Amino acid sequence: MNVGLILRPLLVLLLLALVLRPEWFTPIFAPLAPPGAPTIYARSSLLSLSLSHLGLVAAATFAATIVAVSLAIFVTRPAGAAFKPLSRTIANMGQTFPPVAVLALAVPALGFGSGPTLVALFLYGLLPIFENSVTALTTLPPATMDAARGIGLNRWQRLLRVELPLAFPVMLTGIRLSVVIALGTATIGSTVAARTLGEVIIAGLLTNNTAFVLQGGLIVGLFAVLIYDALIQLETFLARRTGA
Amino acid sequence: MAALLSPFMTIAANRIVAGESVMAWHVASPAETLPGVAAVVLGLLFGIPSGRQDLRLCGALLGLCGILWLLMQGAPALLDSAAGDYARVSPAMGFWCLLLILTLMMADALTQMAPGPIARAGLLAAVLCSLALILWSGALAPLSILQEYAGRRAQFADAVLRHLALAFGSLATAAVIGFPLGIVCYRRAQLRGSVLPVLSLLQTIPSLAMFGLMIPILGWVGDNMPGAQAIGIAGIGFAPAFLALVLYSLLPVVGNTVAGLASAPAAARDAARGMGMTPTQRLLRIELPLGLPVILTGLRIVLVQNIGLAVIAGLIGGGGLGTFVFQGLNQTATDLILLGALPTVALALTSAIVMDILVELAQPIPKDSP
Repeated sequence: MNVGLILRPLLVLLLLALVLRPEWFTPIFAPLAPPGAPTIYARSSLLSLSLSHLGLVAAATFAATIVAVSLAIFVTRPAGAAFKPLSRTIANMGQTFPPVAVLALAVPALGFGSGPTLVALFLYGLLPIFENSVTALTTLPPATMDAARGIGLNRWQRLLRVELPLAFPVMLTGIRLSVVIALGTATIGSTVAARTLGEVIIAGLLTNNTAFVLQGGLIVGLFAVLIYDALIQLETFLARRTGA
Repeated sequence: MAALLSPFMTIAANRIVAGESVMAWHVASPAETLPGVAAVVLGLLFGIPSGRQDLRLCGALLGLCGILWLLMQGAPALLDSAAGDYARVSPAMGFWCLLLILTLMMADALTQMAPGPIARAGLLAAVLCSLALILWSGALAPLSILQEYAGRRAQFADAVLRHLALAFGSLATAAVIGFPLGIVCYRRAQLRGSVLPVLSLLQTIPSLAMFGLMIPILGWVGDNMPGAQAIGIAGIGFAPAFLALVLYSLLPVVGNTVAGLASAPAAARDAARGMGMTPTQRLLRIELPLGLPVILTGLRIVLVQNIGLAVIAGLIGGGGLGTFVFQGLNQTATDLILLGALPTVALALTSAIVMDILVELAQPIPKDSP
């Protein structure tokens, strides 16, 4: 725990420095760059790449959460129960599709750019959120549900005031999984010309410039680790608050 | 229905330009297309009402035969009608949508019929054999993706072997490191508390970044350690890809080993202790056999994940099917992308099904017994 307390602010500072003041790191990266080549990626600002990267992930995850949670609510109601086995089959099969393959297959259908990346992130992000939401909504404690029914809450009230709040921590785990996958897939998205931090790594790979590769890798890795950690903290906080 | 009405195939003058769409009933002469269209329509009619699962399965199979028939008739006929030696015929939106719908129908019917593990293995073998037979017979050879293949036969075989070596090799290495580590973690709660979070952070790092970060590290090792270069350790190529995959595999292996060992019921463990078994005997004869399904599930996750991640090795010169995907993306050659992506998807699906069957066979007590 104590390690986390010291490490977390340090990593945040390191990440901020890498993104905002990349020139500070010139002496460290210089030995890795080929002679005569630039050490620090300057083709576009790292800040704008980071924002575009995180923006893609946020937009895709937000849309995926809304759609997946609505679908999960639908298939756990009596009206949609007939679709539950089919939707679970789809979610299971879909998750064996490699994210890279989803991205690669989106290109012939949608062309290059941020569009196919967004679609691939959205489609792939649906699955973990949907699966976790269905699990959460079908494994609520029966006693609580009975009590909710007993105090005269109608279906909508039960859904909004009992089921969703209780299911939220498990849904959040699904959202975390989907954010982690999306961060990784968005990085590869730069091979299909989406503006993300992967651009720095790819540029390094293409020109044999290990300084770029390391720089991009560090920034993307730090973002992923810190976001993952923040979501875990949020989950523990919520779990403690609901008394689970 | 909409899928049936959208273009079934496209024909293009060469591999780069956008194709011209052709509807399902126009791909060949009416006499040749009619059986195919009829089979697809009948298949969908049988399959969509969800009353009887065996009927749905038959419908799905009939429909799949229908679209295959259309493809086999359409490919040579369209190619003949087109001018130029570089003409390319490929399946279009309609084909892919129908394929997806029919496969889902089949999967859904099979899930609800819940055949035993042996039946599932037989079914998988039958599907793979018929797929191999169709590809080998050459009936689909005029399709553009197979023309891409024909131009790179040796490269393709190489890439598939490389891909399998990356995926299975890293799985084996991770198992060799992960099992003992898992057993130790299971015994010592304190170690578990520090190892598992570190491994899950490793898993969080985006794949491209992880592969990239391996380059300077292994490059340094290759340059500074005597003998390292002789065994092929270098900044780019196979070694960094392999190491990155091993690191990604550790969490599922270690985590599931711990969870599997812990899943043995307390009563069984007490009984073993009562019989005077030593800790090692308990581990080998009680906890491992009872935890095997959970441990195998971990291996399934690793295998499916690594087959997908090995694609990225193509970017750092590690070979594998990713080479085709990224070459295709660079040249905007869709068929080349598909030549890399479709086998990857097929490999991942097949290994997922095989591992599921193994997990079920490892179940010590069949689930449905009282």
